[in-house]
Amino acid sequence: MHDLKDIPLWRQPRVRGLFVQILLIVLVCWVIGTGVQNTIDNMSKRGLASGFGFLSDPAGFDIIFSMLPWSEDHSNGRAFLVALLNTLLVSFLGIVLATVIGFMVGIARLSSNWLASTLASIWVESIRNVPLLLQLFIWYFGVIQNLGGTRQSMAFYDVVFLNVRGLYFPWPKLPHEMLIFLVSFAFLFFGMRYFTLRHFRSKRVFWITLVLFTCLLWLLSGATLAFDIPAIRGFNFQGGAVLVPELVALLLGLATYTSAFVAEIVRAGFLSVNQGQFEAAASLGLNRAQTLKFVIIPQALRVIIPPLTSQYLNLTKNSSLGSAIAYPEIVLIFAGTVLTQTGMAVEIVAMTMGVYLVISLLIASVMNKYNSWIMGHGGG
Amino acid sequence: MKHLRIKVLVGLLLSSSGFGATIDQVRKKGFIQCGVSQGLPGFSEISGKGKWQGIDVDYCRGLAAAVLGDPAKVKFTPLSAKERFTALQSGEIDVLSRNTTWTLSRDTGLAVSFVGVVYYDGQGFMVRKKSGVTSAKQLDGATICVNTGTTTELNVADYFRANKMKYKMVVFEKSDEVVAAYDAGRCDVYTTDQSGLYANRVKLKKPDSHIVLPEVISKEPLGPVVRQGDDQWADINRWTLYALLEAEELGLTSVNVKKMKSSANPAVLRFLGVEKDMGKQMGLSRDWAMKVVKSVGNYGEIFERNLGAKTTLKISRGQNALWRDGGLHYAMPVR
Repeated sequence: MHDLKDIPLWRQPRVRGLFVQILLIVLVCWVIGTGVQNTIDNMSKRGLASGFGFLSDPAGFDIIFSMLPWSEDHSNGRAFLVALLNTLLVSFLGIVLATVIGFMVGIARLSSNWLASTLASIWVESIRNVPLLLQLFIWYFGVIQNLGGTRQSMAFYDVVFLNVRGLYFPWPKLPHEMLIFLVSFAFLFFGMRYFTLRHFRSKRVFWITLVLFTCLLWLLSGATLAFDIPAIRGFNFQGGAVLVPELVALLLGLATYTSAFVAEIVRAGFLSVNQGQFEAAASLGLNRAQTLKFVIIPQALRVIIPPLTSQYLNLTKNSSLGSAIAYPEIVLIFAGTVLTQTGMAVEIVAMTMGVYLVISLLIASVMNKYNSWIMGHGGG
Repeated sequence: MKHLRIKVLVGLLLSSSGFGATIDQVRKKGFIQCGVSQGLPGFSEISGKGKWQGIDVDYCRGLAAAVLGDPAKVKFTPLSAKERFTALQSGEIDVLSRNTTWTLSRDTGLAVSFVGVVYYDGQGFMVRKKSGVTSAKQLDGATICVNTGTTTELNVADYFRANKMKYKMVVFEKSDEVVAAYDAGRCDVYTTDQSGLYANRVKLKKPDSHIVLPEVISKEPLGPVVRQGDDQWADINRWTLYALLEAEELGLTSVNVKKMKSSANPAVLRFLGVEKDMGKQMGLSRDWAMKVVKSVGNYGEIFERNLGAKTTLKISRGQNALWRDGGLHYAMPVR
């Protein structure tokens, strides 16, 4: 038997492991460091300006769709923010929509109803086998751009209008007050329901107090029922709010495309649950809905969540294809217009990559949290 | 496109030294890598026969004739508006000949040098005839389709602000999508350089029901660009361009240039390298200018071949005529 001390250092696994780790870290640092240093050297050698001063310069261009107030006087930094919010908006809505459609299609594909399962199969096979960019062009140029022009709009009760420029609908004249009212109303509704039902056990008390407090809230928030209704003035509809076709096309494209993959993941999840579980649930006297809710879905989710996370990440990154159909997301506005106006290619591309990295890591960490919750919660 | 962008970034990341003289590299590899557009009729596009053609393409062919003695020794890299400068900076191309506007911030901030003007352009507007608009001043509230990565976005913003008019701008990455969206009615107005408006009008479903408004809202001198810091290469480019203009002024064409060697005009003899070697200082052959004219013709021939009355574009010479004919083209004297 050898004592540890007898073994030479280079043959001790711990020491060797540590050495390899350190070597790897040094190597990685060297590669990154050389890359960065080389870029800086090359840029200064070629007389390229560098730095982040351009973010505070005025942008000088218009953005068709912005959730923040926007005009040409705002800075490039704000353009970055506007574009980032647009990317987040379409990704979030796309994820929600893709999940809903995907679950429905996935379950339909497993259905014993021949028509439902065949339609679901056609949906999945035709959508996931056509490139996304092509689908975006179909939605944008093939479907939406075939709507009528401004003067051939479809009108709904003369307050909502649909044409090639988008969907125009009325909007409160005092939007901030309206938002405050709606948010506090939601809190009020659920708070009151919880409180009255618990302490008075009476629905009548709930409704009466709700109406009273709602009136009070309405007065306090200063919201009015005045709506700005869109009408044709000059070239376009003015007034009201507009949902631009670029957003709609990108959202539909992303959601349907990803839904096909989600459907397959859902199907795989359900098929992974042993047939015996259905029989066991049935023998306990659970009906079909109860079986799904308490027995099957919790087990299926364990298989569904990890690949679903990848699809969410894909959808977010695919939203950059919106630049092809003029949706003002971060690649089009920031890595496109701002890049050409300022020429700060390295900084802008690095920032854009950073944005996608952060969004992706955030989604992944949320989904991982949910996954571990499912694992603990689902009776494992 | 994505592939190129990655190559360009990796180039910046990894290449260890600057560049040697461009002319040496060109001679070594045996061809000139020329950056052009992804398809703009009259300027640079692939013809039905699969060959590049256009005024920007002919410039590069002329350059190849001057440097390598053969107009065919040139390879073309189609670039989007936003890739073009990075491709030049990173050494992906040797010269950028892609309807690029010469501006102060580009010339000074991007480590590139403009060598001259191939085409004097200006930004204009196209609208549908049935809209009844006859002047850009009537465009208040209009929706405008535009191509990203160009000076046009800022020009429009400036013009509308100066005239206190409102507008909406729909920005696309490629010009084909801009044209398609305008054609579908997404926008009231399509704006780009006037040459581009005429060129792209041909692609619309009913070209005749669209008009180009008279206003020109910007100066767009389009010309070739080279990397900063290689004066010899910049000189070669500049004088190749001047040689095209000078040839027209002297009445030299691709047809008669060989015969003109026996001309009595000393300017012609100097130009053709008969009396004096005008190429040596640039590192070119004695008869470089003759090779240029012999292979692509003079500026007037290039213009008529690609943009003139016999083409679908039907653009008149206008400010692109020689100075003695009332235009803006003025070659510095070759002597």
